[in-house]
Amino acid sequence: MRQVVTRRWYRLLGCIVACGLVGAACSQSSAVATRRAPSATTLTMAGATFPAVLYTKWFAEYERLTGVKVNYQAIGSGGGIKSITDQTVDGGATDTPMTDEQLAAAKGDLLHVPTAVGAVAVAYNLPGINEPVWFTPGALAAIYLGEITRWNDPTLVAENPALARVDRAILVVHRSDGSGTTYVWTDYLSAVSPAWQRQVGVGTAVQWPMGLGAKGNEGVAGEVKHTPYAVGYVELTYALQARIGVGLVRNRAGTFVEPTVESAAAAAAGVADTIAPDLRAALVDAPGEAAYPIAGFTWQLVYRDIPDRAKATALAQLLWWELHDAQQFNAALGYAPLPPGIVERAEGQVRAITSSGQPVFQDETE
Amino acid sequence: MRMVVTASADPPAAQLKTRGSAATGDQRFAGLTILMATGALTTFLALATLLAAYSWPSLVRYGPGFLTTTAWDPVFARFGAAHLVYGTLVTSAVALLLATPIAVGTALFVAEYAPDWLGEPVAFLVELLAVIPSIIYGLWGFFVLAPIMRETVEPALQATLGHVPLGGALVAGPAMGRDLLTGGVILALMILPTIMVVAREVFRAVPDTQREGMLALGATHWEAVRYAVLPYVAGGIAGAMGLGLARALGETMAVTMVIGNSSRAISPSLFTPGYTLASAIANQFTEADTPIYFSAIVEVALVLLLVSTLVNLLARLLVARFVRAPAAVSAG
Amino acid sequence: MIVESARGSLHVASQGERRRHLVDRAMAAVAAGTALVGIVALAWILGYVVWRGAPALGVAFFTERPLPYGEPGGGVGPALVGTLLMLGAAAALSIPLGLGTAIYLAEFGRGPFARVVRFVVDLLAGLPSIVVGVFVWALLVRQVIGHYSGLAGAAALAIVMMPIITRSVEEVLRLVPDGLREGALALGVPRWRTILGVVLPTARIGVVTGLLLALARAGGETAPLLLTALGNQFFNVNLFEPMASLPVQIYTYAVSPYDDWHTKAWGGALVLVLVIGGLNLLARVASRARRL
Repeated sequence: MRQVVTRRWYRLLGCIVACGLVGAACSQSSAVATRRAPSATTLTMAGATFPAVLYTKWFAEYERLTGVKVNYQAIGSGGGIKSITDQTVDGGATDTPMTDEQLAAAKGDLLHVPTAVGAVAVAYNLPGINEPVWFTPGALAAIYLGEITRWNDPTLVAENPALARVDRAILVVHRSDGSGTTYVWTDYLSAVSPAWQRQVGVGTAVQWPMGLGAKGNEGVAGEVKHTPYAVGYVELTYALQARIGVGLVRNRAGTFVEPTVESAAAAAAGVADTIAPDLRAALVDAPGEAAYPIAGFTWQLVYRDIPDRAKATALAQLLWWELHDAQQFNAALGYAPLPPGIVERAEGQVRAITSSGQPVFQDETE
Repeated sequence: MRMVVTASADPPAAQLKTRGSAATGDQRFAGLTILMATGALTTFLALATLLAAYSWPSLVRYGPGFLTTTAWDPVFARFGAAHLVYGTLVTSAVALLLATPIAVGTALFVAEYAPDWLGEPVAFLVELLAVIPSIIYGLWGFFVLAPIMRETVEPALQATLGHVPLGGALVAGPAMGRDLLTGGVILALMILPTIMVVAREVFRAVPDTQREGMLALGATHWEAVRYAVLPYVAGGIAGAMGLGLARALGETMAVTMVIGNSSRAISPSLFTPGYTLASAIANQFTEADTPIYFSAIVEVALVLLLVSTLVNLLARLLVARFVRAPAAVSAG
Repeated sequence: MIVESARGSLHVASQGERRRHLVDRAMAAVAAGTALVGIVALAWILGYVVWRGAPALGVAFFTERPLPYGEPGGGVGPALVGTLLMLGAAAALSIPLGLGTAIYLAEFGRGPFARVVRFVVDLLAGLPSIVVGVFVWALLVRQVIGHYSGLAGAAALAIVMMPIITRSVEEVLRLVPDGLREGALALGVPRWRTILGVVLPTARIGVVTGLLLALARAGGETAPLLLTALGNQFFNVNLFEPMASLPVQIYTYAVSPYDDWHTKAWGGALVLVLVIGGLNLLARVASRARRL
């Protein structure tokens, strides 16, 4: 009996080790195969969680169309920047443009290619309040600075009479991890509040004056959803999916705007002509009647010169497809498509990709 | 080929020597195993060195103040890990306070009171708590435990302790459910099996003669345990707690999801949303986008490494002393 | 109250005796109560995982890869494959090292070097797994291999597994009676063959137990894999590319905005608990069967 039992365990052991060896053997053959192929069939991209839902859809479609597998993993904008700087991935994704310092640390010239526009919504959980809450820029900054502590504060009641009967403490939720969403949020607060700019500043991670930290967009959405009287900032899709209340924010033109695909697109349309050549631009507090003030681009990062010609070609083709055919998927998932002016600028970035000095992209129709 | 065999006690195999042509094969084999053993050493040294190297800029810039200041400002590059250390200490303390009595009680039940057919399955079930992966504790903690803490337990604590002078400070602030206390509770569940297993071994190591002597004198079962067993096991229990503590220090995923994750200042309230060293690393490692920020995070990892090394060392010394000794007595 | 003394005779209890017996009963109840706490917690957690995860299970769940939101189906197929491959590779890496070290400590080890090795193995066993992840990321992902890969993930898991294997195997080897060794040597078998041919086979069940425990521990690790193998939504058997794993896939599903994906996360959690629980159960049964 013991003999039989032991043999079974030997087999289990053998199976596991065999799997490991088979895996190692497969890797060898695939690695060789990839090196010889004219165009890479797998690409790795990592970065922002903001566009993760969009990219998952895009890359599934892309695989169906071309057979190229683009593996996207959402580890955060900072992770994306770090990964592409270290060249541990083929492309990075970020909601925050890289700083000059970060660009200098990279192993070559990095290109920013915008892929979509997203909105950061102010989400809240107010039992009994059915109408959307209207927030002024000053109110938002004051809430996150800890200066406004209750929902029935006069500043809030001024725009929302219904809040007068909500005599509760505001439970502020922010991100515990670094994030491009935080960058857009703090960029906005810095733009509209000198006090915030002075005390806290802009960054993917900041020293929050107060509040509860949750991990990731979903953490904040979950926190707000499960905590009455909480308020938090999240990427729009997450707020919609979690079915939590989303507030209107007053933009530069004085209108209270709801975060939608259209209002985010309106914010981007305003900067198409004035955007910097390297496309590292902020969209917060954008001009325009219909513009949502807390919006931002999301970019993909690739090196300008990529020695591996197959990879370079594959990346250039992918980016081109993203700028054109892929944009049709954006709206359904809560992201705004890029306005034509931005697409034109971004095309220039794609054409600039070279491999050992030779440009890789030809204007073939896909 | 001649063999020279020397009978010996411990370590037995090491006493055996060979001569002649078999010696080369033996030497090569022994050499191979030494090489393998060196692998463990090399890995650890490489790990410590790499961590030290990456955290060097932060070590130089912030010095010992890193452990005493509570700033964590990536924008203005001010880093201090005091609140991380504080959060780690508090959650570990809460975890130990909650888990030890329960673990020792369970070990007592299994080792002293329960008949074999009951004791074995009970021990097995409690040990299963150790098997559940950290991420599942995190999910359960987030969806089940935290709401319960927020709705029921924490308000109750505020109602009772809030009126006691010192207790009030412990339960100050809004009860949000995701705070140091909940982190401590989750950790308590995770280290419960660790402490129980060692405590059980420690109980078992006490020679039966002690118990039997007490019972012969007319003591009740509890009295026999209290006077004949417990005095022996104090050190072993301390060692078990040490091992539990070591496990608690390294827990990441579970704690991250229930602890609140806020860079608050150090406050005596258990309802403070805080950080532990491990959760800070998990939250921010991939996101550290400036060199000094990254270096600060790695320094946190280094601190964690040092602390868990120390705790492990102490714990094993205690357990080794108190578990082996009684066994030697009974074998004689 | 009639009491039976330790010697078996009956008598009427005095007040002091009554109190002492009450205390005894009370303490027994307290001890049982504490045992109940652990069991209730376990049942609660497992029950919750089953309740939320069962709806997700199905053939598609086990065989399909994660699909974009809005498309029906999808599952944890690549994660299962990836976990299997990485555990296999990790076992291939850690078994020789673990066995070798254990044999050294049990058969040859004397003096300060062996003490140091034993201490370091204990340290490695107590390392927080995220620190292991940081180390492997710095060494393999950033430098040696140059990108996220299943191999780096396997290396991280191997570092987690190795101390567990070493400690279990060393303990079991020490339990093998000297008589067996001496007998073999007396017959003229060289030392190394004695160890490999007599000692190790005698202890084989203990070795398997150690391996199963190590696999169970490594199978549940999330943090180190996030930093080394990254993850992959496609099926991938190439260890040099990023690779999915069950804990990371659970995490990815859990941090999405969609309820449907949350259910899948719980489904994955259920599978993970069953696999790891199964491995542990096997290890326990194996160690019961050991007759040394």
